[in-house]
Amino acid sequence: MTDASINTQTVQPEAGFGDYVALLKPRVMSLVVFTALVGLLAAPMGVHPMVGFASILFIAVGAGASGALNMWWDADIDAVMKRTAKRPVPAGKVEPGEALAVGVALSGFAIVMLALASNMVAAGLLAFTIFFYAVVYTMWLKRWTPQNIVIGGAAGAFPPMIGWAVATGGIGLESVLMFGLIFMWTPPHFWALALFMNADYEKAGVPMLTVTHGRRVTRNHILAYTLLLAPLAVGTAFTSIGGPVYLTVAVVLNALFLLGAFRIWRRDEEIAQNDKYKVEKSFFGLSLLYLFLHFGALLAEAALRPYGLGGWG
Amino acid sequence: MSFRATHELHHRRSGRNIGLALVLLAFIAIVFGLTVAKVTSGDPMQAFDHAPRTDLLPQAAPATGD
Repeated sequence: MTDASINTQTVQPEAGFGDYVALLKPRVMSLVVFTALVGLLAAPMGVHPMVGFASILFIAVGAGASGALNMWWDADIDAVMKRTAKRPVPAGKVEPGEALAVGVALSGFAIVMLALASNMVAAGLLAFTIFFYAVVYTMWLKRWTPQNIVIGGAAGAFPPMIGWAVATGGIGLESVLMFGLIFMWTPPHFWALALFMNADYEKAGVPMLTVTHGRRVTRNHILAYTLLLAPLAVGTAFTSIGGPVYLTVAVVLNALFLLGAFRIWRRDEEIAQNDKYKVEKSFFGLSLLYLFLHFGALLAEAALRPYGLGGWG
Repeated sequence: MSFRATHELHHRRSGRNIGLALVLLAFIAIVFGLTVAKVTSGDPMQAFDHAPRTDLLPQAAPATGD
């Protein structure tokens, strides 16, 4: 390309560095870093700080790569939805082919580097997570079934298991429970969002439960999943990663979460529209705090353990 | 139309190049740090492939018996 061509108006705008960073969904990456770090630190054995740091970084890069693949595939529906229209591909800042190349290259890079930095179990779990999110969720389930959120939620639930595998080289009951916590939390979290953002999903033709089965069924599902989530979240307190701090946090948060889910279930659409989905919005806000504080409490237990304060012993 | 050396596009390209340079430098630092951490962790392994070697373990006492 010659320099003369840059002054013409028809040239495709070139992406800046920040646009490529935005492809990796930095907000999702920050959640992945947090939950993977908790999985790593809650494990019974430690790793060298440099190995731990590098492993968390490569897990985050892997998560970012799957985000880029998601943006490549979903550019058409992202352009329709208000929430996602400004993403780099629908906004025309990054070419779809570039997003695909970034996603594939960074996926391979992250898996190989994690295998070298830690072990094959962690790298295998990361590879499966990327495959699950990019292929099973994005390409297959998202546009096909209203259970997309339930099964797709598994992709977001793997990071603490990968963090645990970095330290232990395997899978344990505790890492499966951390997986279960995020897996069971995802449906009520997203369905609450869908209750007050329905128009966006409907416009894009994404078969969210609110679109295919209506809001009454969605409200029933939110309550059902919250009822299943509560014993799992509280039960984790009695394993080796739990303790009094976690138990207190879990009991309080699950009581609030159940109360919120019950209030959503009791309401009908008319009442919700009249107060502009006040209860649904506050439940969604609580759900963010719910996950952050559960994992924060697990981190606190791990941090207290060296001083003889964490856990039950 | 005159060519301006400080076109907005140049700033964007420059930002992209600097960003990439910083990412590559960070990668070098991480690989170096990982190498140091693994080599100095004291495991019985040889440096050429960093794989554990059973022949580096202390010899077992010869079996005695009848």
